[in-house]
Parts: sequence; C-alpha cells; structure tokens
Amino acid sequence: MPEEKKVTRKKIEATDVCKKIMADHFYEMDEAVRTGSRKIAWCTSVGPAELLRGMGFLVYFPENHGAMLGATRMSTDLIPYTNALGYSPDICSYLTSDIGSYLQRKTPLKMAYNIESVPRPDVLVFNTNQCRDVQDWFAWYSRELNVPLVGVHTHRDIGDIGPTQIQDIAAQIEDMIPQLEAVSGEKFDMDRFKEAVGYSRRTSELWRACLETAAAIPSPWTFFDATIHMGPAVVARGTKEGVQYYEILLPELEQRVKDGVAAVEGERHRLYWEGMPIWGKLRPLSEQFYALKTCVVASTYCNSWIFDQLDPARPFESMAVAYTELFIVRDEPFKEEYIADCFEKFKFDGILFHDAKTCPNNSNNRYGMPERLSKKLGIPVLTINGDLCDLRCYSEEQAKTNIEAFIEQLEEA
Amino acid sequence: MTSSETGAVFVGVDVGASRTKVAILDAEANLIGYCVRKSGTDFTHTANLCLEAALDMAGIPRKGIQYCISTGYGRKNVAFSNDTKTEISCHARGCYHYFPMAMTIIDIGGQDNKVIKLDDQGRRISFKMNRKCAAGTGAFLEEMSARLDIPLEAMDGLARQSTEMVELGSYCTVFSGTEVLEKIRQGKKVPDIIKGLFFSVIKRVLEMDSLTDRVAMTGGVVEHNPYLVEMVREMTSREILVPEHPQLTGAVGAALFAREAANHREDTR
Repeated sequence: MPEEKKVTRKKIEATDVCKKIMADHFYEMDEAVRTGSRKIAWCTSVGPAELLRGMGFLVYFPENHGAMLGATRMSTDLIPYTNALGYSPDICSYLTSDIGSYLQRKTPLKMAYNIESVPRPDVLVFNTNQCRDVQDWFAWYSRELNVPLVGVHTHRDIGDIGPTQIQDIAAQIEDMIPQLEAVSGEKFDMDRFKEAVGYSRRTSELWRACLETAAAIPSPWTFFDATIHMGPAVVARGTKEGVQYYEILLPELEQRVKDGVAAVEGERHRLYWEGMPIWGKLRPLSEQFYALKTCVVASTYCNSWIFDQLDPARPFESMAVAYTELFIVRDEPFKEEYIADCFEKFKFDGILFHDAKTCPNNSNNRYGMPERLSKKLGIPVLTINGDLCDLRCYSEEQAKTNIEAFIEQLEEA
Repeated sequence: MTSSETGAVFVGVDVGASRTKVAILDAEANLIGYCVRKSGTDFTHTANLCLEAALDMAGIPRKGIQYCISTGYGRKNVAFSNDTKTEISCHARGCYHYFPMAMTIIDIGGQDNKVIKLDDQGRRISFKMNRKCAAGTGAFLEEMSARLDIPLEAMDGLARQSTEMVELGSYCTVFSGTEVLEKIRQGKKVPDIIKGLFFSVIKRVLEMDSLTDRVAMTGGVVEHNPYLVEMVREMTSREILVPEHPQLTGAVGAALFAREAANHREDTR
C-alpha cells in the first residue's frame, strides 16, 4: 500500500501581518473594556459596521468568535449547554457555540491571546440579511446582559432589487442613529462615517482582487487559505488597517501568479466550494485536496465580503445596496447565475456543495440547485453533509470517501 | 512475458464496514477465486485471511499476484495492496463489466448505500451516498434481526410469506425498532413486519436519486435478500439487473482496476 505523502506548502508571507491585525483587534477591545475608554458594539458579520465605526464604537463580530470556536473544535462540547436552555441543536451552531462559550466561560481568545472573555457589549446591532438566527442570538445577550438591541430587517429571497427595498433599508440604517447616539454619548459624525464607508469600499476592492488571482492556472492560493486571510476583511472592515492589509497581500498573490507558484503542487483539478466552511476540519480537508492535486479555487463564502457597491458620496443608500445585493439574500435564479459567472471566471471542473446541518440559509443544495447547475454548466457536483461548527453532524470518513470518489470521477472524464 | 502467459492474477479487496470481500481475476478477467468474511476489527488480518482463502480456491500461489487494489471503508488497511480506489469507482467498474450499458446502480451495503449513474461508456455521471445516517443499509436489517431475534439469513424467506405488509414510518433505526415492537404488540405477523422492513430499506434508497436508463442492484444486502430485488422491480416497474455475485461487485471492480494498472505498467515498460 503506497504511503501518504506529508504535505509541505509554501507559506503566504502576509500571514504574520494577518495574525497581528487579528490580535490587535482583540487586544484593543479588551483594553477598552478594562479602561472604559471606548464603547463596544457587537455587530453581525454583514451588519452596519461602517455606521458603528462612524459613531466611534469599537466593533466586535460574534460570528468571527463562532468561527474560532469551530476552528478550535471547542464548539461540539459547548453547544449542548445552549441546547439545554431550549435552543435547538438544529439552529445556527455559531449561536449555540457562542452562547455555550459564554455560559461555560470558555473562549479560544484565552489560548490565542490570553484574553479571558469576549468584550462586553454596550449595544447589539444585527442585520437579518444573513438569517433570522443572528437576531435571536443577539436577543439572548440583550436579555442576559440588559443591553440595547437594534437591527436592520432585510428583505429576503429577492430577485430584482428595486428602490422600495433600498429606500427601506437605508432608512432603517439611518433610524438607528438616535439609539446609537444614546449609547455612545457622542453625536453622529457624517465625515467619520463617510471615511469608514470609503475604507470598506477600498478593502472590498482589494479583497476582490485577491480572490480573483485564483482565476490563474495554477491558482496561487486556495479557498482554505482565503478563509484565514479574510479575517481582516471581516473584523477590520471600515478601517485603514483593513485596507493596508490587502495592500500587502495582493502584491504577494500577484507575484505568485507571475512566478507560476501553485498553491497545490501539480494542480490537476479545480473546484468551487459552495456553502459554509467546516471550521474544525479546514486542515484535513486542505491536506486531502492537496494530496489529490485539487485546488478549491473559489467559494461563495469568501466572496461574501465583497461590498464594492459602497460609495462614500451616498453612504446610507450604498450600504443598503451592498448589504441587500448579497448572495445569501437573493433568490435561486440569481444564485445560479452568480455561480455560473464564477464558473466562467475561475474555470473550475466541479462544484462541492456543503450541506451544513445548522445553516439552511447558507446551504444551497436543498432545492435542486446542484442538479440544475450540473446540467447548465456541464460539470459534476458533489454534496457533502457536515456543519460549520457542530462536528457531531460531520462523518469524516464518509466525507473523505465522497471527495476522493469525486476526484476519481473527474480523472475518468 | 505477458500476464496471460505467466498465469498471473489480479486481486481486488473490498474491506467493507461489515464484510471483507476478495476477488481474484485471471488475465482474461474471469473470476477464479473469491472469499467473503466478517470484517471484524482487525481489517489487515481479515484481508489476509480472505486473500489466502481466495487464492486457495483459485489454486494460485501468493507470488502469482501481479497487482492488487483495495477498496471500501478499510481500503487503507490492506498491507499487501499496490494502490487504493474508492468503493464508488469499484462498484461502477465491476457492474459495468457485467452489464456494459448506461445504467443506474443501486448498491446496498453494510453501512453505505450508493446510487451511481454511468453513461454507455461506463463513465460515471454522478453518484450519491447515504447521508450520515445509516438507516436503510444492511446495519438496519442487522439491528432489526437482533430485535426480532430472527437470524439475518431467515429474513428473505419470511418476507416472501407476507400477505399484508406492515409499513414503518420512522427514519431512525432505533425508533424503527420501537415501532416494530409496537406492531408485534398489536398482533401483526412477523413476515408482514419483515416485508415492511425491506420496504423501508427500498424507500430510503429510492429517495436518494432518480432512476435513469437500466437499473442494476449490487451489495451484500441484495445478495442475501433477493426478494428485495423483486420488490424494487415491482415498485419501479423496471427490469432490475443483478450480477452473479452482487456482494463481490466492488472487489471485482477493484480487481479489474488492478488488471488495467498492471497492463498499463507493462505497456509503459
């Protein structure tokens, strides 16, 4: 029986800077909580972060903490504590992991940064563009900590987006200002807000350019790399540091393309990842694909932090557009067209759909899309069952065999 | 000298979660030896025992093996294999060997069900495996035989005696067991319950994918419960193809891949 090769990959040099930005993000908030120097707003991943920055808040993203709980494989032990409060094992495992983490006073921030707990919020701000679970998640903390809860209720499953939706969302964002001013104790500053929107826009442009380097054959990086390097696009959105990070990463990736550096040595197959990452299994999956000479070149997930519709000249309206045009908010025909466009750009040979047990909004295999796209694009598709955080929903051997068999199918073609 | 001149053989080893199967093919791809055993917990040991028995049957010494490919859940535990392939590829290859046509293959194994679609050249178009739950697989029937205290091998005969099938509703194997006990308490007949269990297995498989072209069935559950094939035939109004040894299909496929790999190696020398 042939021995499996040990995986050695060329490191992305910007990784150290990425780690420092992530560390500084948490240290800054920890310091602010201890000294009371700044107010903290919790914000959903595609919530109105720019507005919050414009009002002087430090912004903390619980979904990022959920991903960390998943990646450190702490989630599976913590989820049951939340289930015991009446929150079903079938709902978002970011929510159940994160509340379980609070209940048990256990956080990956301790191991990573020697920080005892996530920063206590002064206000909780959600946008239901991701799903309804984020609202329920923040509502639990609102009751537990007696902290105000404000939010944007986005229209969902939209095909064409019209002025009705945009005006409504823009108005909802603007209507938050008095409540947020009451918490921050500061008057809303339009210039600071516009500056944050400008930084977000620039970050998005650079992040898109980074992701699009994977259109090169061979690809200079993989989906698994991108899930790590998107960290600053998430937590430093609307800041100068976010822009600066991608000004470092992009040239490195472009240089890799020029030099023909392959993220997967001897790249033979290219795949698209649709759905959430399986945070606790990024490394074994990355290594399996590497061994199979297969590069996962693009994903809906990493693309979801591109907001280049943002425009400092029209901050409220452009935020409404950016956060409503999101893939996750749209109807099935839009989503299919979106993936078809990615197929043209990234030239992949197959699509892997991750059916995440606790994330129906981000599992697009459930209404026949894999079959329709396979027919439309003439490429095979594979669905694997798993979850973003709850590894009880993931059968590793089954998934590995499915992936291996899928690559064998591509080899036969 | 070519393999046909040396009398060399090609071996496929399918280490399933429930049973280990070995198939030995000669240079003309004739099945000349095989063996099936419980996989147990020591896959390496079981694979060796199976190999020895299959070689004995074929009358071939161990040194006559020209190439071996292992497949199945324990494919990486076969110390003597030259390479591995997934059971999806091997079942497809094995089935196409017997029925060279476009078809949908339904494989019902110990803990995996597979629905594999092939084109008329034997190329895989798609495949689906059961989701993480093993309801509807051989493990389900094993659990139920224990619950009913009826030997596994008696189930097929009993199901044939059914006059009024009892339908079971639960997805979950454990809850199905409870449902079975409830049916017994209600005075339902055992053959009717067993036919209901077979019906439940078939429903789980048919909901995995649509059927196209011709349909073939393989796997240990099919080998030992041919009545299940008759039921599928009746339910789908289609002719169902079944190879001579449905449980060996994956091992035969692996042996065919071994034969191709050996021939390729000879060609490139």
